[in-house]
Amino acid sequence: MVSIRYEAPQSVADAVRLLSAEQGAKVFAGGTDLLVQFKMGARQPTAFVDIKRIPELVGITITDRALRLGAATSAAVIGEHDELTRLWPGLAEAVHLIGSTQIQGRGTVGGNLCNASPAADTTCALIVNRAECVIAGPKGERTVPVETFCTAPGRTVLERGELLVAITIPRPAPRTADAYLRLIPRSEMDIAVAGAGVSVTLDANGVCTAARVAIGAVAPTALLVPDAAKALIGSKLDERALNAAAAAASAAASPIDDKRGTVAYRRTVAGVLTKRAAKIAAGRIR
Amino acid sequence: MKLHIHTTINGEPAEFLCDGHETLLSALRNTLGLTGTKEGCSTGDCGACSILLDGRLVPACLVLAPEAQGRTITTIEGIAQHDVLHPLQKTFLENAALQCGICTPGFIIAAKALLDKKPKPTEDETRFWLAGNLCRCTGYDKIIRAVMEASV
Repeated sequence: MVSIRYEAPQSVADAVRLLSAEQGAKVFAGGTDLLVQFKMGARQPTAFVDIKRIPELVGITITDRALRLGAATSAAVIGEHDELTRLWPGLAEAVHLIGSTQIQGRGTVGGNLCNASPAADTTCALIVNRAECVIAGPKGERTVPVETFCTAPGRTVLERGELLVAITIPRPAPRTADAYLRLIPRSEMDIAVAGAGVSVTLDANGVCTAARVAIGAVAPTALLVPDAAKALIGSKLDERALNAAAAAASAAASPIDDKRGTVAYRRTVAGVLTKRAAKIAAGRIR
Repeated sequence: MKLHIHTTINGEPAEFLCDGHETLLSALRNTLGLTGTKEGCSTGDCGACSILLDGRLVPACLVLAPEAQGRTITTIEGIAQHDVLHPLQKTFLENAALQCGICTPGFIIAAKALLDKKPKPTEDETRFWLAGNLCRCTGYDKIIRAVMEASV
C-alpha cells in the first residue's frame, strides 16, 4: 500500500493551502468517521491534514455575545464545559449522546457536522441555537447558517480547499432554553432512529415569544421546521400547541425505511420527540 | 518516507518510525512491543484499544501514530507502580472480572479515566461510562463490581 502523507499545519492559511493544492488531501480531525471509512476502503485520501495543531480550531470561548466552538473541539471537551452546559443544555446533551466515552474523546463538533450524517446528534441542537459555520477557503472567509451547511447525506457546502474553522452561536436571549432528544432502541452506543431539538423563549407570563425546532434522521439532512416553531409561538405551550408542533414536525419529515425504523414510525416519533423536547426546554426556564 | 515521532509513553520518553496512515494502535503493538493494548474491531466500537492521550480516554485504533508527536500516552503497561498493582488491577483480580482477558486492559484504562475524573461514581455513571467497552465473556456484572470496589 502506498503511504499516505500526514500533515499537521499550524495555521488555517497553511491548511487551506494544503487542501487547495491536492484534491486527495482530506481534513482529519477526530478520525472517528474518516479513519473508519479509510479502513473500509470507502475513502482513499492522498494526505491526512490534521487540523488539531491549529490553535483557533480547538477550544471554547464564551463572551457576553456569543459562543465560539473551534471546529476540532472534541465532544468530551464540550460536554465537560460548565458554562456551556448551563447556557445550552440541549447542545450538551447532544454531545453526550455521541458514540462512547472513547468516541467522544476523539470525535469533534466540526467533524460531526462535516460527516453530514442525517442522524448526527449535534446538528439539531446547533440548528435550534442559530449556529453559524465559519468557513475558510482560498477565496477568504464566509459564514453560512448551520441549517444550510449539509446538503445531502455525506455532502456539505464546503468547496475544494475549504475548511470549517468554527461554529458560533449567539448567547441565548433571557428566559430561553434548549433540549435535544433522540430515540434509539438500546440505552447507549447507537445511531438515532429520529431526533428533535427545540429552543424556546418564554415571557414572564409563560407565553412563548420565540422558538426553533429541528428534526434529525428523518430526512436527507437535519431540518429546521419553521411551522413547528410557529405552532409554539404565542402559546403557553399547552397541549394543543404542543400537538400542533408535533404534527408540523411529522409533516416536515421525509424519512426512509431502513433497519433502524420504518417511514411511518420515524414520522410519528419525530413529532413525539418534538413535543417532549419542547416541554423539557420550557421546564429549564426559570 | 517514514516519520520519526518523539513522544512520552507511560512517563518515559519514546521514539518510533511510522507511516503517515499508520494507527497509534499499530505503532504501540507492532513497533514498540506494547502489546497490552488489544486490537478488537479497529473501528472504534469495542474499546479494547483504549488508551489515555494527554489524559483523555481514546481508542488507539482511531488515532494516527504521527499524532503522538509531543503528546503523553498512558497504556495498560503504565498503570501499575513497579510491582504494586493499580487498585483497579487488584479489584479486577479479586472479583474475577475477566475470562479471556482481551477486553481487560481497555476496561482498566477506561475505568481509570472515570475514577481520575470522578473518584466515587454511581453504578449508573460507571455503566454509561463503560458502555463503549465490550466484553463477550463476563456479562459485565463482575467488571462493574470491580470498578465500584476500586472507587471506595
